[in-house]
This record gives sequence, structure tokens and C-alpha cells, in this order.
Amino acid sequence: MGIVSPGFQGRPRTAEPALPPGQYLTEDFPVLSAGPTPRVPLDTWEFVIATETGTEFRWTWDELMALPQETPTVDIHCVTHWSKLGTSWRGVSLDTLLEGVDTAADYAQAHSYGGYTTNLPLDDLRDGQAWVVHTYDGEPLPGEHGGPARLLVPHLYFWKSAKWVRGVRLTVEDEPGFWETAGYHDYGDPWREQRYQGD
Amino acid sequence: MTELSYLDGNMLDGPLRELFAVDLSTATGRCDHCGTVGPMAGLQVYAHAPGLVGRCPTCVEVMLRLVRAPDRAWLDLRGTTFLQVPMPVQTPR
Repeated sequence: MGIVSPGFQGRPRTAEPALPPGQYLTEDFPVLSAGPTPRVPLDTWEFVIATETGTEFRWTWDELMALPQETPTVDIHCVTHWSKLGTSWRGVSLDTLLEGVDTAADYAQAHSYGGYTTNLPLDDLRDGQAWVVHTYDGEPLPGEHGGPARLLVPHLYFWKSAKWVRGVRLTVEDEPGFWETAGYHDYGDPWREQRYQGD
Repeated sequence: MTELSYLDGNMLDGPLRELFAVDLSTATGRCDHCGTVGPMAGLQVYAHAPGLVGRCPTCVEVMLRLVRAPDRAWLDLRGTTFLQVPMPVQTPR
């Protein structure tokens, strides 16, 4: 036996999960809200995609539920510095909703029950990057977290994942939303720490 | 006859410094959405958010947004038609 014992090492040290710059890890799910929580009955809920020419595509709650459902597990990053890893959702991909929507728009502005808006390039809603989700961690999405349904765009700061989402307007010009017109970054990539305008 | 011309924006420095030196919570504001006039201190402020959001106590529309970055701040008052700010009484010179 050597003189130097390796000793008891306990649990193997796991690598710290990679977080975007300036973020800290949280295990709970903070509730952020810019206004009162809208209560939207499911029998009147609807989701609308409106193109730049005014054509509208509408889904009732039952119609949304009848579409193919996906179960993304993703990391989310709030601009107020918390990140939460491995969150589990269920909902409909924007790829599914945008199927058959003929548009030349480059931008999208999501809008919500309660009046919230947020903008992003239309390409960021495509290719498996965005969902309309109605279930979190196996349970119906609570109102304070954006239920009955919210947008989920986890590769951007979480203010882009509009709670209580009601629809998406496709636009030719970029139209900054609720926070983007008040100092927050137009795009909001957490890995480039695009929190505020000019970052 | 000379034309009226505009002044350099630097002249706003004094008047705005005087305005923003006051406590805005003592000001009266008019909601641009419903027309309610009342104290800004009476707004419903949502602070668990990326910024402060002040909403009209009557119609709940947004009257004020205040975003604070480490080195900058943005004040968005587009939902407020006017702010009436108490000022020291001006005495004629």
C-alpha cells in the first residue's frame, strides 16, 4: 500500500452545468408578471396566426389538442439572471402551426391575452425551436406561468416566451414588443448576453 | 422680420433637471387609455418583472414602464397623457 492513500472521495464531482454568462441556477420556478393574470376559459380560447396580408389561421382549444403533440425538455434563461435546466413541456410545434401558412414575412410579433407583446424573427419560430405549450411537468400549465397556453422559445431569454399567448402576427418589418420598446434587446440571445439595447 | 428658430436641445438640461429632481410619486398623471387622472402613487406597480410596470388603477392599462440596466435606465410614459408635477411657486422678478 502506498503512503499516500487516495482516501474517501464521496460522490464524484459533477461538472457544473453550462449556463449562459451572468446567469445563476435555480431549482424553483420564479413567477414574473407585468400585469394581472388573465383568466381565459378554454371554450373561448383561441390561437390565431395572421399573415402580413391579413389572412388568419385560427385554432380552438380542441383543435390545438388534436394536432400532433411534442414533449420538449429544455433549459430556460430569464433576463433577470435565473436559469432553470431540464424543464419538461407538452405542446404543439410552431412548425406544425405554420404548415400551410403562406407568408413572405421575416418577423413575428406574439401577442397575449392581457395585452403583452414580444417580437422575434420568424426563423426563430421554425425548425423545432418554438412551441405553444399547455402542460408543464406533466400538469396543466398554471395561470401564473402563462396557462392555459404560452409560447416556448427556449433559445432566447424567457421574456420572448409570451405567457397567455393568443396569437402571432407575421410582419414584414420588425415591430418591437412590450419590453423591447422599453430598453430590452430586440433579439435576446442569452449566450451572447443580449439583455439590453446595444448589448 | 426674423424667423422664429429652434433652440439646441442642450437648453432642456436645466428645465428637465428641475423636473426629474422632484419625487414623481407626488405627481398627478392622466391615463392615456381611459382618461383617469390621479396620483402616480396610486398606480398598481408590478415589480416581479424585467422592469417596473405601473398600471392605471381604473382600467389596468400600462401607464409607466421603467427598466433599469446597470448603467442606463429607460422610462416609457406613452400610456400617460401628462404628468402634473408640484413645483415651487414662481415669484415675479
